[in-house]
Amino acid sequence: MIKEKQIEVKNLTIGYGDFVLLENLNFVINKSDVFIIMGGSGCGKSSMLRVLTGLLEPQKGNVIIDGKNFTKSTTIERGAIMRKLGILYQSGALFSSMTLAENIALPLQQYTKYSLREINELVSLKLALVGLAGFEEFYPSEISGGMKKRAGLARALALDPEIVYFDEPSAGLDPISSHLLDKLILDINHSLGTTIVIVTHELASIFAVGNNSIFLDGETKSIQGYGNPKELLKNPPNEKVYKFLTRGEKEHE
Amino acid sequence: MKYKVEKNILHLELSGNYLEYADDKTITSLYLAIQDKAVKVIEISAAGLQKWDSTLVVILFSLEKLARDRHIQIKDNQLPLNLKQLLELAFSVNRNPVLKVPKQQGLLEKIGDWGINIVQGSSKGFYFLYESFCSFGRLLKGSAVMRPVDFLFSLEDCGYKAIPIVSLISFMVGLILAFVGAVQLKVFGAEIYVASLVTIGMTRIMGAIMTGVIIAGRTGASYAATIGTMQVNEEIDALKTMGISVSDFLVLPRMSALILTMPLLTMWSDFMGMIGGAFVGITMLDIPFQRYFELSIEAINLSNFLVGIFHGFVFGFVIAICGCYYGVNCGRNADSVGLATTKAVVAAIVWMIVMTGIITILCEVLGI
Ligand SMILES: Nc1ncnc2c1ncn2[C@@H]1O[C@H](COP(=O)(O)OP(=O)(O)OP(=O)(O)O)[C@@H](O)[C@H]1O
Ligand SMILES: [Mg+2]
Repeated sequence: MIKEKQIEVKNLTIGYGDFVLLENLNFVINKSDVFIIMGGSGCGKSSMLRVLTGLLEPQKGNVIIDGKNFTKSTTIERGAIMRKLGILYQSGALFSSMTLAENIALPLQQYTKYSLREINELVSLKLALVGLAGFEEFYPSEISGGMKKRAGLARALALDPEIVYFDEPSAGLDPISSHLLDKLILDINHSLGTTIVIVTHELASIFAVGNNSIFLDGETKSIQGYGNPKELLKNPPNEKVYKFLTRGEKEHE
Repeated sequence: MKYKVEKNILHLELSGNYLEYADDKTITSLYLAIQDKAVKVIEISAAGLQKWDSTLVVILFSLEKLARDRHIQIKDNQLPLNLKQLLELAFSVNRNPVLKVPKQQGLLEKIGDWGINIVQGSSKGFYFLYESFCSFGRLLKGSAVMRPVDFLFSLEDCGYKAIPIVSLISFMVGLILAFVGAVQLKVFGAEIYVASLVTIGMTRIMGAIMTGVIIAGRTGASYAATIGTMQVNEEIDALKTMGISVSDFLVLPRMSALILTMPLLTMWSDFMGMIGGAFVGITMLDIPFQRYFELSIEAINLSNFLVGIFHGFVFGFVIAICGCYYGVNCGRNADSVGLATTKAVVAAIVWMIVMTGIITILCEVLGI
């Protein structure tokens, strides 16, 4: 089966000011993939995500989404592409002055012409999807960290996006919640065919959900591993990837 | 810590407690002993060693390093295992600082950087201003993404909730104006003019300035802190990626609320200042109430009054822009929220003074 390309990254160089973090990256994320971006702390994973979502301009290169150049797009083109993206931020990034329902309704009001009743229905549905049915009128400060993340996910899913980005979804979650979130990610991927891009260093999640991945390395500023994480573990391309995937516990023979 | 030198062997004996050990004399003489004498071997015995902490590790580390440099053999196998492991760790870590080379800049380069910063900063500021105006345009066309709730909330916060403090300060300022004025006017026997002094002073400028300073400290700071915290929590990122204009959603409700309330607060401040003046005039200068009231009314001049209100309007705009600008450009940690708040208040006050200057010159030119 030939997979359709969803995101194509071409000769991408990421950095801040004079400081180059990652250089000349090339990779492709296919439709309906669960794609993992992994790498050591500080290698630039979050920065990569910021470039992929248009929050940070790359120093060089392009991000192409569905055949359209996202990096060099005009404001209007960019808006159209953005509508296809859902993002779950590390902290959930819920608007603290709004209830969960208002948070999730916001993108719906922004991009759709649904009536108030339809929006309310959709909000309840999305909240139920992430296991937060009945929490419509709660404020973000009144729920736990894990619940915030799930509420953030409900908001990210509000517009049925084609691509959902996750920044360290399991950080700060207990093992069970983290496992449930993994399951939720897979469910969304299976049922809606959503392309999923996850930044994480949680090994259990990487092997549980990922079917393609890149390993970023801060020292060489490049991609050191590219492929299915399970395959990478079986045939590690180099010592760094092997160490990462085995937590550096075993030496590679 | 005891040591003795026998031929070319230095025996070091560790015994007892070494918690926060600090016996500089012994340690210095120990180092000297290693350097001066023809010591070839150091033998460390630790039979009586009881409790110790990192200070001992540091002492032994510097000792061993010195010894290694001088090619002295060290016999430390009597040390407890965990202490030895810590020592090994101390040797194995790379002590070269990571990257961060402080940039050496020449004077010319510094001036250049300074210039570039100013240009970049002001172009960023102007762009922010431009976007805010665009948002206003969209508001008038009815296509701005603004929640009425946010607007009403801001209105409440910078409106009637600010009245008590504005009243108090304005009353005091009126009082002070009258008092200081009276002392001078008394010399000429012209106390009666206190009423017009206070009225003109308050309506033309003091009402607006005092309200501006209070609101900059109260509301401007809170805008910067609120929006800055949203930046820290990635809420601004979320807004941007949702394709919602930050200036519509966050700046517009706050700015319109301030622009609406500032002229009203200024009027109220004028009034309270005049009451403060009357208090001094009636109680201290024995001007009858009726007379003072008449004199005040006489001194009110429509153009002065309107210029004061216009100041209030401009200050509202300045405070909102400064508060929101520093909030949106806040860094991503808690520290930077504090910094953003400070900058917002300072910038608001500076710009208010600058605007006052500009308006005063304009009035002069226009003959108002
Ligand atoms: N706004 C910024 N300006 C300058 N440098 C930055 C900025 N943000 C991040 N960096 C630098 O970029 C590097 C990578 O940061 P990034 O947050 O992308 O790492 P990461 O891979 O997500 O790390 P972690 O796994 O710890 O979250 C860091 O060394 C950091 O110092
Ligand atoms: Mg990160």
